Amino acid sequence: MALTEQEILAGLGKIINEITGISADEVTPEKSFVDDLDIDSLSMVEIAVAAQDEFGVEIPDDQLKNLKTVKDVISFIQA
Amino acid sequence: MSKDRVRVVVTGLGATTPLGGDVASTWSALLEGRSGIRTLTEDWVDTVPVKFAGVAAVDPGEVLPRPEARRLDRAEQFALIAARQAWQDAGAPEVDGDRLGVVVGSGIGGIGTILSAYDLYREKGWNRLSPFTVPMLMPNGSAGWISIELGAKAGAHATVSACATGAESIGYGIDMIRSGRADMVVAGGTEAAIHGLNVASFAAARAMSTRNDEPERASRPFDKGRDGFVLGEGAGIVVLESEEHALARGARIYAVAAGAGYTSDAYHITGLDPDGKGGTEAMLRALKNADLAPSDVVHVNAHATSTPLGDEIEARAIKDAIGDHAIVTATKSMTGHLLGGAGGIESIFTILALHERIVPAIANLDDPADGIEVDLVRGEPRKLEGDQLAAINNSFGFGGHNVAVAFTTV
Repeated sequence: MALTEQEILAGLGKIINEITGISADEVTPEKSFVDDLDIDSLSMVEIAVAAQDEFGVEIPDDQLKNLKTVKDVISFIQA
Repeated sequence: MSKDRVRVVVTGLGATTPLGGDVASTWSALLEGRSGIRTLTEDWVDTVPVKFAGVAAVDPGEVLPRPEARRLDRAEQFALIAARQAWQDAGAPEVDGDRLGVVVGSGIGGIGTILSAYDLYREKGWNRLSPFTVPMLMPNGSAGWISIELGAKAGAHATVSACATGAESIGYGIDMIRSGRADMVVAGGTEAAIHGLNVASFAAARAMSTRNDEPERASRPFDKGRDGFVLGEGAGIVVLESEEHALARGARIYAVAAGAGYTSDAYHITGLDPDGKGGTEAMLRALKNADLAPSDVVHVNAHATSTPLGDEIEARAIKDAIGDHAIVTATKSMTGHLLGGAGGIESIFTILALHERIVPAIANLDDPADGIEVDLVRGEPRKLEGDQLAAINNSFGFGGHNVAVAFTTV
């Protein structure tokens, strides 16, 4: 059973809050990790590692750098 | 004191220890003679012969925000908490970062991270490791984080000399200011090593107390019944400052960090040279470095870890260096042994003893060992009389490191 966008968003919000302290409410699909959420590249690695555990999806480094927005990650996990 | 030399003073104190989450609670617990040692409940306790330790009274996870805590080894968490307290205590001044240094070391480093990351790597693979694994396990991590926190750009250093680390850091900090490299230095030591492997390793060295039925009574420096040291954890960090800089900004001054002395035993990798000359000479060098005479010293915070051999050798070393007039305490009887953090917190206790003119009593000293010819504080804390007072903190470490730091009243 694939997860819905809302379920993935909620899970990502929790992960991003845990790692960066940013409120989960601020994690919305259109947000850019770098420009809007001020998340640096090492934090993105932490988020990717946590997302792998949470959603069971491997995010290779060469793919990670293409995931610019929250929506990009959701789409990657759903694909 | 030579007129051409910069005087270094102490203007801030910070600590988190088995007795309390800050300096004030730790100090009042010491004066009350309370123990910070308790029975451990971790799963691994069944696999080791020592089942108690001095666990930090306040868990750092309760103090630090979660996003920050997860990027720090526990030793770094303690260090950052203590450094922030010390900096606040110094008035959190606006200073030139190019003139601010950090010297904070650890005896072992991020051992908790090393072990848990190794497990994770073996179970789940390299790509599950935190990208912060390296800065969490490196022993200079605390110094680096504190330098970032305070914008300290005059150099961030991490001395590593086992249980002498904290004292050596403070000595190094004094030198940084005297040599003109910095106006202020945040200096001390940290340790978080209450883990099955560490306990097993120290037990394998036959260095630890196994008084499992009476944890609070296990750390008993100078007592006939002592049977080894008791592991503790936490950090102690001070703010050192040139007197000129401190006076110019109207800072509160606790004491003068008058000098430090160092020797190495070159004898045995874990045992003290039985003649105690390494300790004696470290104290004498500290006095020389501080322009003090043995008769000036009214108080010694002994390294005294509660091991059968070490305490007696140190008592002889103190008598040989200073004489029998100084009031000697051994605060590890209450905090346990913080390893790399010990010299940090015990320097703070020495500074507070001078500042408050009172010396905490040695806990569990029911029956002093034979042949100890120094004035041990028993029962109740002892007042310090007089105007111009000097005191010494001793810290000795595996590897044969002997460090003595001398402080005086302002």
